[in-house]
Order: sequence, then C-alpha cells, then structure tokens
Amino acid sequence: MNNLIARAKELLENKIVQVIVGYEAGPTGVARPAFITNPAKADLLIYDERCVQNLAVYLTKPEVRNLGKMAIVATLPVMRSIMMLISEQQIFADNIIVLGVSSDGSLLDIADIKVMQAYIEKSDLGNPVKDRALLVELNKLSKEERFAYWQKELSKCIKCYACRQACPLCYCTRCTVEVNQPQWIPVQSNTHGNMEWHILRAMHLAGRCISCGECGRACPVGIPCHLLTMQLADEVHNYFKVYAGTSEKMSSVLSTFEPNDKESFII
Amino acid sequence: METSRKLIRKQSLEKLYNQLSATRKVYAPVIADDKQVEFKYNPGFAEVTFEHIRSTLSVKNIAFPKVENLFLYSNGKTESTITDIDLNKIPEVVLWGSHPCDNAAFDALRSIFEWDIKDEFFSKRMEKLVVIGLSCHLSDAYCFCTSVGLAPNSSKGSDILLSPLHNGDYQADILTEKGASIVNSFSELFESTSGEEVVLTTVKQKFDHEKVTSKLNGAFEHPFWVENSLRCIGCGACAYVCPTCACFDIQDETRGKNGKRYRSWDSCGFSMFTLHTSGHNPRNVQSARWRQRIMHKFSYMPDRNQSLGCVGCGRCSSGCPVDMNIAEQLEALQNI
Ligand code: SF4
Ligand code: SF4
Ligand code: SF4
Ligand code: SF4
Ligand code: SF4
Repeated sequence: MNNLIARAKELLENKIVQVIVGYEAGPTGVARPAFITNPAKADLLIYDERCVQNLAVYLTKPEVRNLGKMAIVATLPVMRSIMMLISEQQIFADNIIVLGVSSDGSLLDIADIKVMQAYIEKSDLGNPVKDRALLVELNKLSKEERFAYWQKELSKCIKCYACRQACPLCYCTRCTVEVNQPQWIPVQSNTHGNMEWHILRAMHLAGRCISCGECGRACPVGIPCHLLTMQLADEVHNYFKVYAGTSEKMSSVLSTFEPNDKESFII
Repeated sequence: METSRKLIRKQSLEKLYNQLSATRKVYAPVIADDKQVEFKYNPGFAEVTFEHIRSTLSVKNIAFPKVENLFLYSNGKTESTITDIDLNKIPEVVLWGSHPCDNAAFDALRSIFEWDIKDEFFSKRMEKLVVIGLSCHLSDAYCFCTSVGLAPNSSKGSDILLSPLHNGDYQADILTEKGASIVNSFSELFESTSGEEVVLTTVKQKFDHEKVTSKLNGAFEHPFWVENSLRCIGCGACAYVCPTCACFDIQDETRGKNGKRYRSWDSCGFSMFTLHTSGHNPRNVQSARWRQRIMHKFSYMPDRNQSLGCVGCGRCSSGCPVDMNIAEQLEALQNI
C-alpha cells in the first residue's frame, strides 16, 4: 500500500495524470471509491480486503473523465473490464495508467496493455470460488425448482437499476428499459416485468461479463443477480472457449459469426 | 385529542397482535432467510422482530406502493372507456413495530401528496392506516434522527407508540383517535403505568438541520456538489429505499384492447429523470442530480412544504453501493 501511495503521489506531482481513481475508507469504515487530484491527499488511499468495488465503472462516467487523464487502482476484474472497454472502443488505452494490484495487495508493474494482457492470461479467469459453489448448487436443482428460485428472488427486485449502474459494461447512455416506443420491458416492478429485465440484462452481458460480482454486491435488496451473468460466462466459455476481457482486439462472441461455430444450441 | 399513557405486558402484547392479526391486515417486521429485515403481512407473532434497527426497504409502500394503478381503459373502434379504481376496496392496515423515523416520514409524504390538491390514492391509504410504532433501543452509525428534529422515541406519525421497558413490558402512548379506538377495543390488555423505565438508544447529533438549510440557500453553484458526487453511480437505490422520496413515473401499459395507467417509483438520481422531449436535460450530470436530492430534502421542502424531506433513517447510506453517506455530507455542508 505504501508503494501505491508513493506511486500515486509521483504520478500527480509530475502531472502524468490528473486524477487517481482508488479506494478510501468512509466514516463507517466501509471502503469506497476515491478520486484523488491533489498529491497531498494521496495518503487517503487504501488497499485491503474491504476494497471490492469494480472501479472500472468510472472510466466511462463523464464527470470523472472531465478531470483529465487518470490512473486507476486495478484488481484483476478491473483490468479485464478495461480490456473489454478498449475492445468495445469506449476508452483509449493511451488515456489510462493502470495501477495493478495483486490479490495480496502488492503493486504490480503494469507498464502497458501488453503487460496487462500477459498478467490477465496467466490468471484464473473462471468465476470467483464462492460464486462457483453457489452455481453448482443452483445447477443441481431441476428446471422447475430453479425457475421457482429465480421467481422468488426476482420478485424482490424494486427496479432501482443499481445492478446496471454498478456494472462497468452497462455503459449505454440509453438502456433498453428506458426505451418506451415500443416499450420492450414494463416500467413497473412486478415479478413478470422483473424477470424480463433480468433476462435482458443477462443476455446483454453474455460473453461480456468479466465475473466481478459487482451487480450482485450493489443490489440493495440482496438479489444475487451476478449469478445469472456468471452462469452465462461459463456457458460462453463452454461453447466458445473464450473468457471476456482477455484481449484488446476481442470481438463480442454473441455478435460475431464464424463458419465453424458450433450450432448445437440452435433448435 | 388528549394523549394518554398505559402499560402493556409482554403476554398482552402478543394477544393484542394475534387479535389484530385475526381480523385485519397487520404489516410487521421479520428477519428473512437472507438476514434482511422486511415487513410482511400477518406473520406469526413468534416471527415478528423487536430487535431490528432498520428494514431494508422503508414502509412507505403502504401509502405509496411501488406500483399504483390509477385507472383501467378499454379501447373500442372509436372511443375508449375508462374504469376508475374503487378506492373503497383499499383495506385497513395496521402497521406494527415501525420505528419513529419511518412513522414521521408519513408526515413528510403527506406534505407532498396533500400539498395543494389531495392525492386521493395516498389520502385513502393513509385514512385506512393505523400506526403502532416502536421506539428504538438499538441504533447504528447510520442513524441520525436527532439531527433532523426527531428522536428514538418521537411520536410523530404514530397512533400508538410502544416503548420497551427494562422488565420486558411495554409503555404505550396513545396519541390519536385511531389509537384510542384500538385501545378501547382491547381495553382488557392495557393497564396503568408502573413507573418502570423505558430503554432507549442514544443517537449522537451530527449536524444542525437549520444551519444546513440556511447554508444551502446560495450554495447552488458550489464546487461541493461535483467533488462529493463523483462516486455516485446514478442508480435509484437511495430514493427507492427512502421513506420520504415521493417521485413517480406515469405509464400506460396496453395488452390488446385493454390497458391500465399506473404510477411507479422514480428517482431524481436517474440520468433521464429530467430529460425533455427537446433533448435538453437541465440536470445533465450526476452532480446536478445529487444536488437535487439534498436540495429537495433540506431546502425546497422546508421552504415550500414546511417539512424536512429526511427523517434520518440512514437507509440511503447503508443501502448505497458506493457509500454516499448523506449525514457525512450534511455535516460538511453546514460548514461550507
Ligand atoms: S459480474 Fe455483474 S457487474 Fe460484473 S461484469 Fe458481470 S454483469 Fe457486470
Ligand atoms: S439492484 Fe437489485 S433491486 Fe435494483 S434493479 Fe438490480 S436486481 Fe433489482
Ligand atoms: S447516492 Fe448511492 S444509491 Fe443514490 S444514486 Fe448515488 S450511488 Fe445510487
Ligand atoms: S434521505 Fe436517507 S436518511 Fe433521509 S429519510 Fe431518506 S433514506 Fe432516510
Ligand atoms: S429527493 Fe429526488 S427522488 Fe426523492 S422526492 Fe426529492 S426529487 Fe424525488
């Protein structure tokens, strides 16, 4: 962490970047995103097991972008999000400095995107261990039981869209749920409409979800909605042998056709 | 009405609950499987919690449901027929065990929904509502009722306020006609007070709300808003869990010939909340939306509705995915 603070100070003092996107501790002890523009405030930065939020969501936020060139504290999911955002042409690699941190909290030397790619490639890219276990349990259920499980969970949804807003890959300026001519998804929150919303969200993230778990963490009513997109990440890997966010030139699995694609799922 | 104070023993409280629950809808807090505190209709008494700090969602949905049908329509070849909603079908509800902040929030909602024209849906639901509140013997770092003119035992908004006593019994303050009518119907369950002391939590005052309100006047362009909202991701969580947020959206939903017009919760935190049909959006960045949230509650409402728009429940902060802590910000605002 001292290395992180020293590096952040140096980047700000030498005006290499204008802002560091990292974590600080809030008044109740919860770690939260911090935007440090003044080198004297770099000491506020923390990095420990409380720092779980996927900071990549801020790379596309207009008011954060307005601050200038940024350096971002990046765990593996953040790095993978950055890769996705580059491959989808939402950000330029040249505009960001990646302050990579490994799972034990030490600062990595990520000089450029190639180095980041190499780091990602040698990491475990499957879903996080605890979510894997939850998915195994869910997949043991019969189709009907699983449907009932999701019906019960999604009936709690209040359509606050925190799951969408927290996801670095839900960056659309106008989400499908906000289109009302025609209205694809009911605005009101009821079990049926909530399910439509979650199916839509999951499909829009299939092959793009980088398994950070942020959507589920953000949900104020505790719906594990990240399991839907994580399941699809598994499916995509089974069918196409790719993990999202592993290369800056990746094309989206669900919007690309290759003559040798397996089509076993098309009835 | 003159208020009065009685004692209700623990066993009698259970009887009261069971008898109310046998004849009406009682909305009471329980701890769900996933440890979240939620209000449910008519849970068994053993399931009802007396030990919760705050439910995940507020109880505002009793008066302002997340979806309210306004009327039904049927489209013919040349004209449509409209069917009104029968408001008399709205059932009587007893709200049980909600804390003083949440009960005071009904007054804040009333200041909006009955501001000039009475919102008949809201008013009818309020008319059918009886609130049996519960003073707080527990609190946490997110609570700040004492900074917004309330306290762990404020009676505002309650018809009866129960307060726990050291020996496990409850003190019952009977505050309104509705409350008195319940006490009269079950008079055998209530006794004279015993002099036993009430167990209350203490909540430290974090700011002076009048000072905040006066500082906000003139702070519209202050750099505070951008600096303190960069991490806000613009979701609806804070407004949806908030007991006093009253904004709604109106939509028509048609299937074939028939449809309904309904309203559902909305939030000033959403990017499209103030988007005009011209494409212009007066609140086109998140800082402007965050400023609206604070201004509405601490400047516009006191000014126009003679009510604060916040009861200090702390839900918006405990529920925020990025720890936007409203009390921390209000504390800072009183000194800008
Ligand atoms: S886990 Fe959720 S937040 Fe993270 S990338 Fe997948 S869908 Fe987005
Ligand atoms: S964050 Fe939770 S409650 Fe909000 S829309 Fe997503 S699933 Fe629904
Ligand atoms: S303050 Fe928190 S809960 Fe409210 S819109 Fe911003 S991120 Fe969402
Ligand atoms: S603004 Fe926050 S603290 Fe105030 S009443 Fe609403 S949810 Fe509670
Ligand atoms: S704070 Fe925002 S969402 Fe809440 S009532 Fe005011 S304008 Fe509406």
